Amino acid sequence: MNLFRNVVFIAAIAGLVAGILLACMQAYATVPLILKAEVYEKAGGGHHHDHSAVTNNNAMSSAAPADNAMSSAAPASTEAAAPAEDEGWAPADGFERFAFNVAANIVTGVGFALILVAVSEVAGGIGNWRQGIFWGLAGFAVFTLAPGLGLPPELPAMPAAELLPRQIWWVSTVAATAIGLGLIAFRKSLPLAILGVALIVAPHIVGAPQPESFETAIPEGLHHQFVVAVTLTDLVFWLVLGAVVGVVRGRFTGTATSLRGSFA
Amino acid sequence: MNTASVSLGASVSSQSRIIQLALAALLGIFVVGFVGFSHIDAVHNAAHDYRHSMGFPCH
Repeated sequence: MNLFRNVVFIAAIAGLVAGILLACMQAYATVPLILKAEVYEKAGGGHHHDHSAVTNNNAMSSAAPADNAMSSAAPASTEAAAPAEDEGWAPADGFERFAFNVAANIVTGVGFALILVAVSEVAGGIGNWRQGIFWGLAGFAVFTLAPGLGLPPELPAMPAAELLPRQIWWVSTVAATAIGLGLIAFRKSLPLAILGVALIVAPHIVGAPQPESFETAIPEGLHHQFVVAVTLTDLVFWLVLGAVVGVVRGRFTGTATSLRGSFA
Repeated sequence: MNTASVSLGASVSSQSRIIQLALAALLGIFVVGFVGFSHIDAVHNAAHDYRHSMGFPCH
């Protein structure tokens, strides 16, 4: 399992570096916006943070938050009646919450790096930081751009369709976009390239699950700012992740392969 | 399969290569899936800000 060990080692370093950087960027760019949105969420009479939101979502999206607050005396469901039990454990606001966010960033950073390194090794490997930038761009397109078109990054308290269908659409879109990009980049065939484009477009023709109503207390300006912040922080994360993989892998193999090495 | 002259673990056979790379990718998918998509309340709450900040479906 020599190769496996090397892949894990490179992914661990790259994920650690890019994950810590992303957590720092989030602390300044996205988390403050989430906290602002939570003020609206709490004012809207209900903290729908757990999976009970799946069952509550329709009620929540069809009723305006102000309406919700007024009618809170008559809970629509058992989940709404006993939110404290359903919430479960959550990190305390402040440092604990920040620390858990950093941990989530590092752990998933390593996870994304494992996927990136494994897939790029099949295609010949990321030889240097410049190749890494291109692989990072591909990762950004697959994991942020494509799913974000149909399901823009959402703030707490924003109306959304049921969770599971959205997760299924998200994962399917990521898979289709990844295969589509791979067909375009690594198969020197026009029909396969056309198939690749079709795969990238298809999830958006099917369409992402949408809420019944888009009515929300969140100001549109706040949401727009959040979408921009998420997209840009993710872009930097993927570029750094790819570049660090290229640098570390270059040290590992002792030489940097030429750019021609892995591009079709 | 692999035409690059320099690769990680160059000594392993191409079948073993694919299996090891697939294992690594699966491990990565499992890690991201657990932190980002698990319906367990505690996991959701711990990674809440991360899920929103990555544009993962949340709530």
